[in-house]
Amino acid sequence: MVNREVVGAHYGLRDWLLQRITAVIMVFYTLILLSALYAMPTFDYMNWKALWQSSVMRYSSFLFVLALAFHAWIGVRNIFMDYIKVASLRLVLYVVVILALCSYFAWAVQILWGR
Amino acid sequence: MRFQIYRFNPDQDSAPHMQEYDIALEPTDRMLLDALMRIKTVDDTFSFRRSCREGVCGSDAMNINGKNGLACITPLADVQEPVVIRPLPGMPVIRDLIVDMSQFFKQYHSVTPYVINDTPRPDGERLQSPEDREELNGLYECILCACCSTACPSFWWNPDKFVGPAGLLQAYRFIADTRDHATNDRLDNLEDPYRLFRCHSIMNCVDVCPKNLNPTKAIGKIKGLMLKRVL
Amino acid sequence: MAMTIRQFDAVVVGAGGSGLRAALQLAESNLRVAVLSKVFPTRSHTVAAQGGVSASLGNDEPDNWHWHMYDTVKGSDYLGDQDAIEYMCRKANEVVIELEHFGMPFDRLDNGKIYQRPFGGHTSNYGERPVKRACAAADRTGHAMLHTLYQRNVRANTQFFVEWMALDLIRDADGDVVGVVALEMETGEVMIFQAKATLLATGGAGRIYAASTNAFINTGDGLGMVARAGIPLQDMEFWQFHPTGVAGAGVLITEGVRGEGGFLLNKNGERFMERYAPTVKDLAGRDVVARAMATEIKEGRGCGKDADHILLKLDHLGADVIDKRLPGIREIAKKFANVDPVKDPIPVVPTCHYMMGGIPTNIGGQVIVPDGKGGEQVIRGLYAAGECACVSVHGANRLGTNSLLDLLVFGKSSGDQVVHDLASDTLTQKPLPADAGDYTRARLARLDGAKSGESVAEVGAELRRTMQLHCGVFRFPDSLTEGVRKIREVADRAANSFIADKSKVFNTARVEALELDNLVETAVSTMISADARHESRGAHDRSDYPSRDDAAWMKHTLWFKEGDKLEYKPVKLKPMTVESFEPKARVY
Repeated sequence: MVNREVVGAHYGLRDWLLQRITAVIMVFYTLILLSALYAMPTFDYMNWKALWQSSVMRYSSFLFVLALAFHAWIGVRNIFMDYIKVASLRLVLYVVVILALCSYFAWAVQILWGR
Repeated sequence: MRFQIYRFNPDQDSAPHMQEYDIALEPTDRMLLDALMRIKTVDDTFSFRRSCREGVCGSDAMNINGKNGLACITPLADVQEPVVIRPLPGMPVIRDLIVDMSQFFKQYHSVTPYVINDTPRPDGERLQSPEDREELNGLYECILCACCSTACPSFWWNPDKFVGPAGLLQAYRFIADTRDHATNDRLDNLEDPYRLFRCHSIMNCVDVCPKNLNPTKAIGKIKGLMLKRVL
Repeated sequence: MAMTIRQFDAVVVGAGGSGLRAALQLAESNLRVAVLSKVFPTRSHTVAAQGGVSASLGNDEPDNWHWHMYDTVKGSDYLGDQDAIEYMCRKANEVVIELEHFGMPFDRLDNGKIYQRPFGGHTSNYGERPVKRACAAADRTGHAMLHTLYQRNVRANTQFFVEWMALDLIRDADGDVVGVVALEMETGEVMIFQAKATLLATGGAGRIYAASTNAFINTGDGLGMVARAGIPLQDMEFWQFHPTGVAGAGVLITEGVRGEGGFLLNKNGERFMERYAPTVKDLAGRDVVARAMATEIKEGRGCGKDADHILLKLDHLGADVIDKRLPGIREIAKKFANVDPVKDPIPVVPTCHYMMGGIPTNIGGQVIVPDGKGGEQVIRGLYAAGECACVSVHGANRLGTNSLLDLLVFGKSSGDQVVHDLASDTLTQKPLPADAGDYTRARLARLDGAKSGESVAEVGAELRRTMQLHCGVFRFPDSLTEGVRKIREVADRAANSFIADKSKVFNTARVEALELDNLVETAVSTMISADARHESRGAHDRSDYPSRDDAAWMKHTLWFKEGDKLEYKPVKLKPMTVESFEPKARVY
C-alpha cells in the first residue's frame, strides 16, 4: 500500500485564531468576575444569588463557557495530534471529547438559567 | 579530556551504547571538533560528519551535553566534563553520530525553496531597495544543520507533517523576498494544522541555532500574513 | 561480484558552485543527469566563500570588462590564457545577473542595484586605482550563491546522489571516458555510473597543506581520478596563500575586510603595504600581499610574543559598517581569534587557500591533453569545471572574487558544451570496457584486506607537514629537492595504508583512506612541478630564481603520473577579439 502523506487541511489558521480569541474572552471574563466579587458589599449567599440573577453575568458566563469549550477542543485535539498516531483511535477520542464538551456546555446552560 | 559518546554500528551492534574516551589534547585543539578528530585518530571506527570546520557548512551538528550545536564552533573551554555527545535527537541513526536527514530535507524541499517570479526577465538585475533586502537578513543565513528542527518537540512528534523551524524559516525567506511573486501559494501551502500550526512557540529552535537566527519570529510573521489575508 | 550499472546522459561529480551550475544547464535541457556529491550540496566548500563575485557591472562607478580582463591577466602574472580570460570577463555580467534572477540575495545600493565593493587587484582604467567590482551578499557571498544554485536545481528536479564518492574514471580502449565508479557511503556499495559525459567539479585540494582555509572535504578527488586515469595535471606548482587566515586556526577572513577599508599592520603599527604596493596598498594581488606579510614576519616585524603573525585592523570602520557588511567576520574573529574586531585587530597569517592549477580544459570545459604531435586533443566524454579545472584563467595567481566568477562562467559553459556535444551526436553511449571497475575493486580489496599498514591519519599529517615546510609561500632549491624525496616517501607509505574499520555502513575511515590517495597525487604533482619551475611567478616564489623569466618559462606545466613526467605547453597570449596584453613588470 502506498503510504502517502496527506497534509493541507486548510483549517490551521481558523483554529489558531479561534484559540487566541477564546483566550482573550476568558481573560476578560475572569476580570469581570473578579471585579464583581470585589464589588460585593459582603460575601454572603444573598449577594451571591443576586449576582447570578443579573443577565450581564449570565450572558458573559455563557460566552465564557462557550469559549472554554472551543479552546479546550482545539488544545486537546492538538495533544492527540502529537501523541495518538492511530487514526481510528484518534477519531474515537475526538468523539469522546466533543460529547464531553457538549454535555458540559449543556450542563452550564442548565446551571445558568435552570430553576 | 573525558568524553562519553553514543556509538552504534548496525553492522555489528544490536543496540546503541555509550563509549568512554579519555583523550590527551594538544594546545591547538580549541574546538570540540578538534577533540573528535583526535578521537578518530586513535579509533578510526568512530564516525561523524564534518567539513568546513568554521560553522558555515552545517555538517557537524550533534547533541552536546544535552543541547544541539555545531562541534566546530563549540569551544572545548565551554563544555563540562565528561562531554556527553549524542546524535541529533529524533532522527534515525545510520551510524554513531551520523543521522538520516532525509525527512528534514524533504520538509525543506516542501516549501518550494526558490524564488518564483514569472515576469519576463529584465536585462539587468531585478531592483530591490536596501530596506527590502534588509528583510532577508536573519533568514537567508540558515545553513540547514538541523539543530533547530531536531530540538523541536513538535518536530519530534510529527516530522512527516510539521515543516519544522528550519523549513519554515526558509518558507518565510521567500515570502519576505520582494522579488518573489508566489506569496499566496506559499501561504496556501502552509495553511494546515500540521505544516505550520504545530509550532507552539516553544522556542527551542531559537535557543540552539548556531547562527543566532530566530525561526519563531519568522513563523509569527507567516501567521501574521495569513491573518492579514483573511481579515 | 558484478557491480550494479546505472546509465545516464551525464554524470556530474561534485555539487559545489560549478557542479550545480553545470547540472542546472543539463537538467533544464531535460537530460538524464546524475549529480554525485560526497556531502549534501549546500555543505560543499563554495559555501565558505565570503567577499564577492566579480563582474564589471559598473553599478557604483564606471567599469568595463576590458579593465577586468587586464587586471586578471596581470594578476595571473601573465600565465593565464588570454582567450579564456577574455571569455570569462565578458560573460561575467550575464552570469551574475542571471544568478540575481535565480534569487541570489545580493546586498543593494540605494538605487536598488547590486552592491559592489573593491577587492585586491581589481582596478579602474588598467591599474590606476581600486574599483568596486565585487558583487557581494554581506560577507557570505559563497553561502548565498551555493544555496541559490541548489535551490534552482531543486526547481529543475536535478537528480542528486548525496554522500556518494566518485572513486575512478572509466576509460575505454579509445581513451574515451565512459563513466565513473562511485561508492555509496551509507551502504558501502560500489556502483558504475555509465554516462555519455562525465563532468568533474570536485573543487580544490587545499588539504595538502597543514595550514589551510579549506574544508576537510577538499581532497582533490577529481585530480586523483584524472591522474590515475593517465591524464596530466596542469600548473600544479601554483597555490594561492590567502593573506588573511586567522593565525593558528586557518579560518578565512575575507579580502573584503580590506575592500571595505581595513588594513594590515606589523608590530611597529606600520601600515607596511604602503611600501610594497604604493598605489593600491592593501588591495594588491594576493601573492604580493602574502609575500609582503611573510617578509615582515621573516624580518622580525611580526606581532605577538612569537612575532609570528600580522594584525588586520578594521575597528576604524565602525560597528555599523562591520555589522552590516562584515557580520560573519565579526562572528569568526570572536570565535576563532578571541577578538572583537569592532575593538581590536585580528591576528592573521598567509594560509593555503586556492589551487590555480588543475585538470587542463578549454573554455567549454572539455579536458584537453597533448596529442603527441605538438597539438592538443580533447578527451571525449570528460569535462571539468571550477577549482579542479585549469582553463587557465588564474594563471600563477588568482584575483579575489574571480573564483566564484570562474565557477559560474565555466560551470555554465561546460554544461552547455555537454548539451551541445550530446545533441550533435559527438557523444554517444559507448559500451563499457570488459574490465570496467576492476581497478577500483582492486584498490578497495587491498584496503579492506590489509591486516596492517600505515595509519591514514599519520601519513596524511606527514603529507601536510611536508607540503607546508617545503612548498610554502617562499620556496628554496634545497628544500624543494628534499621535499620531492619526502613526498615520494609519503606516496609509498600511502600505497600501504591501513584502516581498522572494515564495516560497510558509513565507513568514514575508508573514505579518508581513499581521499588520501587523491591528496597524494595532488601533493606529488605540486612538489615536482614546483621543483622543476626555475623562475618566480605569481604564487611560485623561488629564492634561487627571484624573478620572472618570460623567455624560458612563460608556459604551462603538465605533470603526468605515469613516469612522473613533465611536459610544457605554451600560454595562449592571443585573446578572442581584443589585443594581447603584453607581459610587463607587475607593480601594484
